[in-house]
Amino acid sequence: MNQLPRRQFLLGTGAAALALTTAAGCGTGSTRAPAADAASPRQGGRLRAVFAGGGNETLDPHLTNLFVDAARAKALFDKLADYGPDLAAVPRLAESWEPDATLRTWTVKLRRAAFHDGRPVTADDVLYSYRRIADPERAFRARASLEPIDLAASRALDPATVAFRLKRPYAEFPNVLAAFGAYIVPGGTEDFTAPVGSGPFRFTSFTPGRSLLLARNPDHWEGAPHLDELELLVAAEESARVSALLGGQADYAHELNPATARAHQGKGRIEVVRLRNSAMQGFVMKTDRPPFDDERVRRAFFLIADRRELVDGALSGAGEIGNDLFGKGCRYYPADLPQRTQDLEGARALLRAAGAGNLKVTLDTSPVAAGFVEAAGIFKEQAARAGVTVEVRVGNKDTYWKDVLDGGTFASYRSGAMPIESHLSQRLLSTSTTNATHWKRPDFDELYARAQSTADPAARTALYERMQRRLHDGGGFLVWGFADWIVATAPRVRGVAPDAPANTLDWARFDRLWLA
Amino acid sequence: MTSLRSWTGRRLALGLGQAAAVPALVFVLTEALPGDAADALAGDDPDPRRIAVLRAAMHLDRPARQRFLDWAGGLLRGDLGTSLVSGRPVTRYLADGLAPTLLLAALALALLVPLSLLLGVLAAGREGGPLDRAIGSATLAVYAVPEFALGVLLVSVVALRLGWLPPTAVGGVREQPAVLVLPVLVLVARPLCSISRLVRAGMLAALDAPHVRQARRHGLSEARIRWTHALPNALAPAAQQLARTCDWLLCGVVVVEALFVVPGLGTVLLDAVAARDVPVVQGLAVVFGLFTVVLNLAADLLARRLAPRSEAAA
Repeated sequence: MNQLPRRQFLLGTGAAALALTTAAGCGTGSTRAPAADAASPRQGGRLRAVFAGGGNETLDPHLTNLFVDAARAKALFDKLADYGPDLAAVPRLAESWEPDATLRTWTVKLRRAAFHDGRPVTADDVLYSYRRIADPERAFRARASLEPIDLAASRALDPATVAFRLKRPYAEFPNVLAAFGAYIVPGGTEDFTAPVGSGPFRFTSFTPGRSLLLARNPDHWEGAPHLDELELLVAAEESARVSALLGGQADYAHELNPATARAHQGKGRIEVVRLRNSAMQGFVMKTDRPPFDDERVRRAFFLIADRRELVDGALSGAGEIGNDLFGKGCRYYPADLPQRTQDLEGARALLRAAGAGNLKVTLDTSPVAAGFVEAAGIFKEQAARAGVTVEVRVGNKDTYWKDVLDGGTFASYRSGAMPIESHLSQRLLSTSTTNATHWKRPDFDELYARAQSTADPAARTALYERMQRRLHDGGGFLVWGFADWIVATAPRVRGVAPDAPANTLDWARFDRLWLA
Repeated sequence: MTSLRSWTGRRLALGLGQAAAVPALVFVLTEALPGDAADALAGDDPDPRRIAVLRAAMHLDRPARQRFLDWAGGLLRGDLGTSLVSGRPVTRYLADGLAPTLLLAALALALLVPLSLLLGVLAAGREGGPLDRAIGSATLAVYAVPEFALGVLLVSVVALRLGWLPPTAVGGVREQPAVLVLPVLVLVARPLCSISRLVRAGMLAALDAPHVRQARRHGLSEARIRWTHALPNALAPAAQQLARTCDWLLCGVVVVEALFVVPGLGTVLLDAVAARDVPVVQGLAVVFGLFTVVLNLAADLLARRLAPRSEAAA
């Protein structure tokens, strides 16, 4: 209900003026009061949303890889849970979850929901979907997230109850239910040419590479969407997405450049929404090889970074500074740790102590993400002021992530939003599959395992804080910022949540939007 | 006539050889790119075990030579294979992408041919005259602007500021044909300049040729001399440039399609290369190769007909 005031606050005076004109326009045409008209959703219409493309071009929700895939999948399907604004799991198809005393068996109760063909969503559908994702013969992205579940031992207790048996105690198990790509499909489904899901929109037609047309699902368990139709379009070039929006060919454009946003913000033609804390920006240092196997060198690099300059230069100011920890704004983030600032003298002293006086480092980067190459250039200048020579090496963008996982010593890095626990387990344990800093510390693994067998939230929070302090003191992630994710809409689009990082529940949530 | 037929046969055989060489070369080049489809698909989640499973599922773990031979064997049976990424047949990609690209190219050519002839003949009307100089400097100026810049300029001025035309083809070409105007303009702009200048140069040379001077002595009207005697001879070099332009249209189309979101072959190519989707890239190489060969053959034939004495072709 406080959508309008919040929008005004966010977008400043230009948008406020715009909101007034729109409200006045509605007021003349209808008998309702302008304020009520702007605040209460209107039913009907088709919203056209345009995303960057190049996805897998199938509608199999388990193949979800890019943002456009995720937007398609979440319109058609539901997960058992999804991430709230602080990346804590919130129930979706699951009504509730309850662990046993050992945190090794979790009982999940399903809410009453139905697929688009009328069949109810049952425990068997859930187990089928998860077993499909976990199939070792396939390579679904969510498979790594479901790894803690012993699916052979998990059972349907009744049609609305699943008992998940885990391989080890796992206090953050609800994060698995919300994992990227862990959608529930009807049991036995392999063909997704005309997909049947339980999501807020039903399938109408799909032209790969161009458009997916969906229609409102009036029977969605959470209530029907306001829109009659949703069309998800694809345009690889950012300039084309902006043009389509400005030219009235689309109502919602995803993923804009900060420069574009600044050019159009407050001008009234489009409304810019900045989704805070959507993408961690940083550098990864390989902690298992020189020079970064010496903790003093890593700490020196922490002190070299002028984070404000990096955010202003590489992100055109569209973001916030980081404190060498992932997950700003997320549950368990230690916000009270002091903010690290540039200290070139301190950096020089640390490097001298480490015997790395005339250090030369190669920084791998690539135009794979906005701001990468720029940030590398800025850091090179900053390092020079501390007597460190950084050579920037620009790599191939199509294979960049694989190249820097094990290769090189120092590389540009970014990450979308995920729970802090997922970041720790996927990237910072000896067993992690994408450990780009090669941070392999048995005692750190042990702290993680202890946190996962700790039921008491306060005790667990304390354990997470210990782990994060350790990373903050001398880990391999130099996190200098958090980029806004920028979307823009036509002025008549209402209901865009401004506080949902990309990939969370309220991001690209077209069932909550309406056209004024 | 027999000489023409044997010449055509030789050109055809050469063309087929070229068309076969293109996919082989493209295969080698695609293989030489760093990373494969499994790496590209894994993206920012490069779990090595997952990449290994992806690679096995795509049969990329077999030697490159074997994969190429399998593909070539399929091609001989008329089977272009399936996309590594989506599993859809490559022919579907080609069929979906061909229509918008051909439409763009056809419209561009339909505009390009008469306009460049007209401009060339007009400019050649009085060499060094004000009209010639105006056309000369205008074509030179437009030629200097790359497609991307011209496209952005047209979108921001004509579409977004003046609102005369839709800025992109988002939402489909068939539903709103006006979306094609700007892409066609961008495609036509530079070839129009180069071909009209060639026509002008050809016209000036032809007007100075002995047979035209002879016609003039016989008192034929200047217009008749210009359009029926000089122009056909001036066309031979222009026709070959036009064939090259058709090739170029297929390339230029990559930029224009991306800029205006036309879901044609250029878009398919960009996506396929980024995904290292080798079968789709190969399928496109076959199509582009055949196009090039057929167009050049047609241009050579035309040039021989227009100016048999010049032997410009071969």
